[in-house]
Amino acid sequence: MNQEESLSCVKPSVAPAAAPAAEKAPEEKAAVKEVKTVAAARVGQKAPDFEAQAFVAKQGFKNVKLSDYLGKWVLLCFYPGDFTFV
Amino acid sequence: MEVLSISVDSRFVHSVWNEMELAKMVEGGIPFPMLSDQGGRIGSLYGVYDESAGVNIRGRFIIDPDGVIQAMEVLTPSVGRNMNETIRQIKAFQHVKATNEVTPAEWQPGKPTLKPSPSLVGKVWQVWKPEA
Repeated sequence: MNQEESLSCVKPSVAPAAAPAAEKAPEEKAAVKEVKTVAAARVGQKAPDFEAQAFVAKQGFKNVKLSDYLGKWVLLCFYPGDFTFV
Repeated sequence: MEVLSISVDSRFVHSVWNEMELAKMVEGGIPFPMLSDQGGRIGSLYGVYDESAGVNIRGRFIIDPDGVIQAMEVLTPSVGRNMNETIRQIKAFQHVKATNEVTPAEWQPGKPTLKPSPSLVGKVWQVWKPEA
């Protein structure tokens, strides 16, 4: 079951990762609200936690959670897309 | 220093891009995790998700060991980053965190830093001059 889920084609990332499970309402409304999350990233403030699926060369696929990197310096780089030019 | 790259592409696309193209530029392939932000939720949280294009624009965040964002830089997609400046900033933030000194403009590792104190007010010119 877990294996099947981990191989699904599309699975949205989890952000903010800290959102308690209890807050998830069963209705669709809750999901819409989550997508409309207000940008929270500011210098001098805690980096919003998140969890994402990742590819790691020579290791394969795994989940990465930002808070697992506490105690280390992290450079987080967003970019528009794979197979683009710059 | 741990690097995490992130885009809206799936992890499978990351895998193929690494294999088909990036491994031909970087021996052994990309040495850090390539994260997938399908749906742009993480990008939205960091203020870099462009809803109309459905992609994350070029945002770069330096996060310290306490999980605090020390620096951010956001570019539109057409201009690439300058890694030398990113590395300079990381070294500066690491120095500041280790020493409580501060680094003046254009600072590079090994160059003079400043120690803020009441006696330094109005006298920075005596201890530090901008490089031409």
